[in-house]
Amino acid sequence: MVRRRFSFGLVSRLSSPIYGRSPCSGGIWTPCLGQKRSFMTAKDLVESEEPEKKVTNRINMFSAINQALHTVLDSDPKSYVFGEDVGFGGVFRCTTALRDKFGRHRVFNTPLCEQAIVGFGIGLASMGNRAIAEIQFADYIFPALDQIVNEAAKYRYRSGNLFNCGGLTVRAPYGAVGHGGHYHSQSPEAFFCHVPGIKVVIPRSPSQAKGLLLASIRDPNPVVFFEPKWLYRLAVEEVPVDDYTLPLSSAEVMRKGSDITLVGWGAQLAIMEEACDEVSKLGISCELIDLRTLIPWDKELVEDSVNKTGRLLAPVTGGFGAEIAASITNSCFLRLQAPVSRVCGLDTPFPLVFEPFYMPTKNKIVDAIKASVNF
Amino acid sequence: MAKRMQGIMESIQTLCSGDHGNEGFMQDDEDEEEENGVGRLTSWAELLGFGLAVFSEAIAPQLQCFCDRTLGFAVGQGGSREAWIKAVAMAMSLVRKAVKKGWVGALAPAARVMSQALSTASEPITLDIPVPFKAHKVETPSVTVETSAQELTNFFKTMFIMRRMEIAADSLYKSKFIRGFCHLYDGQEAVCVGMEAALNDKDCIITAYRDHCTHLGRGGSVLEVFAELMGRKDGCSLGKGGSMHMYNKKGGFYGGNGIVGAQTPLGAGLAFAQKYLKVEGVTLAMYGDGAANQGQLFEAMNISALWNLPVIYVCENNHYGMGTAEWRSAKSPEYYKRGDYIPGLKVDGMDCLAVKQAVKYAKEYALQNGPMVLEMDTYRYHGHSMSDPGSTYRTRDEISGVRQERDPIERIRKLLLSNNIATVAELKTMEKEAKKEVEDALSKAKESPSPDSDELFTHVYRKGYGAKAYGADRKEVVVKLP
Repeated sequence: MVRRRFSFGLVSRLSSPIYGRSPCSGGIWTPCLGQKRSFMTAKDLVESEEPEKKVTNRINMFSAINQALHTVLDSDPKSYVFGEDVGFGGVFRCTTALRDKFGRHRVFNTPLCEQAIVGFGIGLASMGNRAIAEIQFADYIFPALDQIVNEAAKYRYRSGNLFNCGGLTVRAPYGAVGHGGHYHSQSPEAFFCHVPGIKVVIPRSPSQAKGLLLASIRDPNPVVFFEPKWLYRLAVEEVPVDDYTLPLSSAEVMRKGSDITLVGWGAQLAIMEEACDEVSKLGISCELIDLRTLIPWDKELVEDSVNKTGRLLAPVTGGFGAEIAASITNSCFLRLQAPVSRVCGLDTPFPLVFEPFYMPTKNKIVDAIKASVNF
Repeated sequence: MAKRMQGIMESIQTLCSGDHGNEGFMQDDEDEEEENGVGRLTSWAELLGFGLAVFSEAIAPQLQCFCDRTLGFAVGQGGSREAWIKAVAMAMSLVRKAVKKGWVGALAPAARVMSQALSTASEPITLDIPVPFKAHKVETPSVTVETSAQELTNFFKTMFIMRRMEIAADSLYKSKFIRGFCHLYDGQEAVCVGMEAALNDKDCIITAYRDHCTHLGRGGSVLEVFAELMGRKDGCSLGKGGSMHMYNKKGGFYGGNGIVGAQTPLGAGLAFAQKYLKVEGVTLAMYGDGAANQGQLFEAMNISALWNLPVIYVCENNHYGMGTAEWRSAKSPEYYKRGDYIPGLKVDGMDCLAVKQAVKYAKEYALQNGPMVLEMDTYRYHGHSMSDPGSTYRTRDEISGVRQERDPIERIRKLLLSNNIATVAELKTMEKEAKKEVEDALSKAKESPSPDSDELFTHVYRKGYGAKAYGADRKEVVVKLP
């Protein structure tokens, strides 16, 4: 049992999923071996104690993801990484040195055919392998949408549990970077969030990325793992060098508050934190939640939080905010003191030169928080 | 009167000795040797025009009108051989009148030039294509191609402008005027220039994201390209598309598409429309060697063969799909055979004349029999995009080897020199003019403003549809989409 606090200032809870070693994120270790899902409630939230020193490295997100892939390929001889240009390291350096270490039969390039990449991965996974497919940009994932929705998500269900493609993980860099334009900036996670049978996981930082990716690859369900490309080089933090996983379907409270709950994921959380800092000067105390897994999402935690604060704001692009808003309105209706609001991108295609106007910036979030609090 | 004549002669002399304007930021390193005095003229058409303009200053306005009409007639008729003959006949009668009135001295250079030019410009030249075609399920076209001095000169000028434009785009990107993505076409110019020589405005072209030069070939201007790259209002897509999304409605250029391979089924649709409306035109659906492995291409090929659509699939094989060599991504890198039941030709894509011959042949075939695949064996000097140095997956020796042996502009230059169509000095002058044109377009594009913020909301739906777009919090800012 190890206790540890991440230097990003997180207050997280401990859980031990069935697969992989215990993630050890600080707090009291609760035995939950028989649990199928590791939902936590806010009642179990405790401050972490001073952790033992773990060996960490100060690295950025693509290095953390690279470490995770190295770990997986080391630990499981039936795991494979493939995609466009992964051999030389990938366009974002996430797969550096994998081919040199593990050989061309386990780390290989594919031709330019997203539908075939994912379809091939589904087949490989249904034979009991861990297939880690990379789609070069999330904007290109749409030819593979049919395979993910119609083949991967329904495989276990339609075969009556005879077959499954749980070993499939589809990784794709997503999100705006400031100059990406129409086809290198999209956030398509919402398209996948309404498909039962797959999981959608989005990390917000290097240490989260490593742990969540290891958990996603080892999870016995197909997972679509979106990585915020804006943070690949930008986010740098202390990441533990050993093999650890973070629980899926478990959201994390990044800062406690009492006036309004903000729910987000991925790169947007950095913007949300700035917004929270700004409104705290006005005396508004925000509770910031990182959803981490979008489906199945940690409904209980968000509900508990909204029951405490009475207000909810979902300031992320994509469309999944609608599901959160509807769900919370349903379950916390009498407790809500203001309508659930969302702050997101505009109803236009992702623009080229107009990107600064399009994005949900800190100021837009601050305005929305104030509007909600003063309702 | 004598003074005026002297002035006219001096103007002509200055013109003939070439214009030494400022180079701007694109300095030419090579030494420049210019002939002094009245040398051979760079462009007979230009001298004709200038000469007539000079005359217009000196002579009566009525005669000036006549001169304009002469030149204007020829250009307005499309510059065809017949038109020029008529124009020269008109000008000859002018000359006769002027000679009668004693203006021989001023007319002599113009007359000499006109006769020279007419005799050589549109005379057919027969050339052989050095690299033979390879065919799949079809006969190869003849390797003997008919061209003319004017056509070869146009090839040279257009390709040189395209080359300078791409190099200027490179510098612009590095100085952060262009942001986002920029995929350069230098090295592949012969494909789009050769294609245009065999097509007319009834044909449509659709291509992928390496579209700056294709846009130029279809009737766009360098100014529009630069402005669009920099995201300014004067761009061809109003600054909203960027490098990858250039379109030209009049020229039948359907872009400019970002998703690899997605444009090929669109090409099949364009061809269907052409066939249905009996337009007698073909569609060229262009894609690269990377896109040749996309499933949608084969779907498009099947439906176009099934319905006999007049579409020509042009695979611009520059041998690298971003960083992946063709032999590592394709089981069969013989892309002209991949249509299977669709006949194909492999063409040397660095040779304008071969491209022109192949496209002409394919157009005739497609209008009768249905689709054809053309594989253009070409090469790009730059990397895939500006973030790719282009040397991690291929050696610099390979790049410089292709540049030395197969460069399309050098090939045309050698043809022009060996067939005595132009001298070295004339070619240099042409190059300088091209550089100047590109520079002028660049400076004009830099002055162009960014699009208004309202443009963020326009063109999402058709105008007047009444749909709404919501701002960040979905309450306060509500914009009715125009």
